[in-house]
Amino acid sequence: MAAVDTTTGRPGAPAASGDAPARGPRRAAGPPSLRAGRLRLALSKHWYAWTLVAPVVIVIAVLVGYPLVEGIYLSTTNANDQNTEKQIGQFLHIPATYKSVGLGNYTDILFGANSTFWARLGFTVSWTVACVGVSFLIGLALAIMLNRRVRFRAFYRTLLILPWAVPAFVSTFSWRFIMNHDRGFLNHALQALGLPAVDWLNDPTMAQVSVIIVNIWLSFPFVMVAVLGGLQSIPAELYEAAEMDGATAWQKFWYITLPALRPVSSTVILLSTIWTFNMFPVIFLLTNGGPGDSTQLLVTYAYNEAFTGMRQFGESSAWGVIILLILVVFAVFYRRSLRKQGEVW
Amino acid sequence: MRRGIAASALVAALAVTLAACGSSGSSGGSAPAAGASVDPGKVSGSVTYWDTSDAKAEAPTYQAVIADFEKKYPNIKVNYVNVPFGDAQNKVKNAFSTGTDAPDVIRSEVAWTPELAADHYLLPLDGTSALVNPDDYLPNPVAATKYDGKTYAVPQVTDTMALFYNKKMFADAGITNPPKSVDELKADSLAIKQKLGKTGFYLRGDDAYWSLSFLYGEGGDLVDANSKTVTIDNPAGVKAFSLMKDLVDSGAAKTSVTDGWTNMMSDFQSGNVAMMINGPWSLATINSGGGAFTDKSNLGIAVVPAGSAAQAAPQGGQSYAIYAGSKNTAASEVFVQYMSSPEAQTKIFQGTGALPTRKSVWAQPEVADTDEAKFFKDAIDKAHQRPWIPEGGTLFAPLVTEYTAMLSGKESPQTAVKNAGDAYRKNLGWK
Repeated sequence: MAAVDTTTGRPGAPAASGDAPARGPRRAAGPPSLRAGRLRLALSKHWYAWTLVAPVVIVIAVLVGYPLVEGIYLSTTNANDQNTEKQIGQFLHIPATYKSVGLGNYTDILFGANSTFWARLGFTVSWTVACVGVSFLIGLALAIMLNRRVRFRAFYRTLLILPWAVPAFVSTFSWRFIMNHDRGFLNHALQALGLPAVDWLNDPTMAQVSVIIVNIWLSFPFVMVAVLGGLQSIPAELYEAAEMDGATAWQKFWYITLPALRPVSSTVILLSTIWTFNMFPVIFLLTNGGPGDSTQLLVTYAYNEAFTGMRQFGESSAWGVIILLILVVFAVFYRRSLRKQGEVW
Repeated sequence: MRRGIAASALVAALAVTLAACGSSGSSGGSAPAAGASVDPGKVSGSVTYWDTSDAKAEAPTYQAVIADFEKKYPNIKVNYVNVPFGDAQNKVKNAFSTGTDAPDVIRSEVAWTPELAADHYLLPLDGTSALVNPDDYLPNPVAATKYDGKTYAVPQVTDTMALFYNKKMFADAGITNPPKSVDELKADSLAIKQKLGKTGFYLRGDDAYWSLSFLYGEGGDLVDANSKTVTIDNPAGVKAFSLMKDLVDSGAAKTSVTDGWTNMMSDFQSGNVAMMINGPWSLATINSGGGAFTDKSNLGIAVVPAGSAAQAAPQGGQSYAIYAGSKNTAASEVFVQYMSSPEAQTKIFQGTGALPTRKSVWAQPEVADTDEAKFFKDAIDKAHQRPWIPEGGTLFAPLVTEYTAMLSGKESPQTAVKNAGDAYRKNLGWK
């Protein structure tokens, strides 16, 4: 019964924050000789552990660190197709001639005359909120249904996880066929019922709704599976005790299930938000940002800058860094608000 | 404490990686001399060729021509790769800029050639064995292979657009001649809608290339490369965009801004739509697709409808270009020479309907006597030249965005052309 205090849902908050200040400052304050001594001590004590993790550290540094540093550097230059380094065959080498523009790319994106950033950010945020919110609710509802003993439960579980099991680009392409105005299944079905056809992908507003629908369809199984795992780890004694006290089904859900699910759901929401914010394939394959730029996310817009027509590496890197910063800020605030609620995470 | 070491280890690893990458650039050297006159039969090597033709309808013909080539030059092995057109420009640039796994010969779309040449990726072909009898080529396709006074590609096929129509539907609706102007196009379409209950015209809405004949018809253009000015948002551009919007709004035309090609082709093929503007590259699909065109004589081809100022469609086409860093320049030149030879061009025309670029091929009876050639010969000579500038590749991305925004009603025609013009001014730095 240790995991969750069901009355407050706040296990051990003071302890978690209590030891943090005790560590950092003291180390930095020590005299140099002492610090060197500590380093040597640490090395002699933990060298074996560090040797073991070294491959991972190096791989992460190469796969994550190097592109990150390179991207941040490029975002301060005017690099494009014409002025980047080229190695043509074995013999002809053309050195890079791009130059630094400081923060010019950033000010252009954020405050330039034809800045599309704020409009794109607006749609990206509403898309993220709608997708994460609705798919979380659907996933939660289905998980609770499937957590009961119903017939064919294994069959339903398998069926509901299918959208997740099929590669995203395959199902997105299928949706594109389904939503085709003249030949799509959806409009055939609507017309068979005597309803007017809907311009799923050709109307600017409808296209925004359509991409959100498809993304919800793709992402609810992840929520469902995660929440189902969380549900099954809630001890049955809690519900038995609640029943003894005469709690209604709603009270059991509100006072036991939801608080107990908090560790799972907070992680699920954070991950879904990051994934949805940067959900490239759905937009790219379903509408390619159109009509106009009405379904263009920040990340698909950055891709277009980088990879269509004359490729603007500098500017698109700046877009990438801005997207990264937005997500980092979000993650920091989210974690802080969770910690305030007593979640050690 | 642990975290401190982690950070220093990460920094150290990063430093090592960066140093390693910094020293990898090799020093410059001289480019290999372009192969002078050598006996093509004695050349050996392997040629990697990236083809961007339609994998189902066109590629088999090209592969058959390549098989002929390998029979004739057994010492040269051709490694044929079909790259989907949509991804090809990026893939080519990536491969060319690093030199790793780069193709020796590519099928370069007319607008790519100046850009790739300006980036030093292409081998100049003047005086090489790749370019045989240059005067035999039609002047319009040749214009698109030049950059800065040199020839960087050999024309493979040329094309322009035309009005394709369903003769039976015209007869059923009591229309005798294809429309000559946009006004007639609208009137005929509405007549077809009234009498047959079908749509008259399909305006492809997801690719702005299909808007160009309307733009040229009003006397407009995307940019004027000579005076370095952006012209898309002048009154002609506004008029052209308004005309297209009116065609759709009045019910004379239908459009869709996603899957435009598939929707247009299947509607035309099944006889749901009587007219479309399209290029000779669609002939292979139409002729093999059956439907309303099981009887091939049902297909009518006419000049694109005229606007108030002109009657013109854009010039397109493909060329062979050789990578400047190729290790097999001699073999590549022989390959290009064969692929652009009159017999190869004839075979490609017969197999795909793609139009030849040599005057001598147009003169051959088996080409000249076909309906397609009779019609397109005239259209090719009158095709509107696009600006052959390195920045040509930047022109379409902003235009597609604004074109779809206009057609879907998100923006007015005025706003759409103005936004496209602003994007051009930003990308090109022109007035």
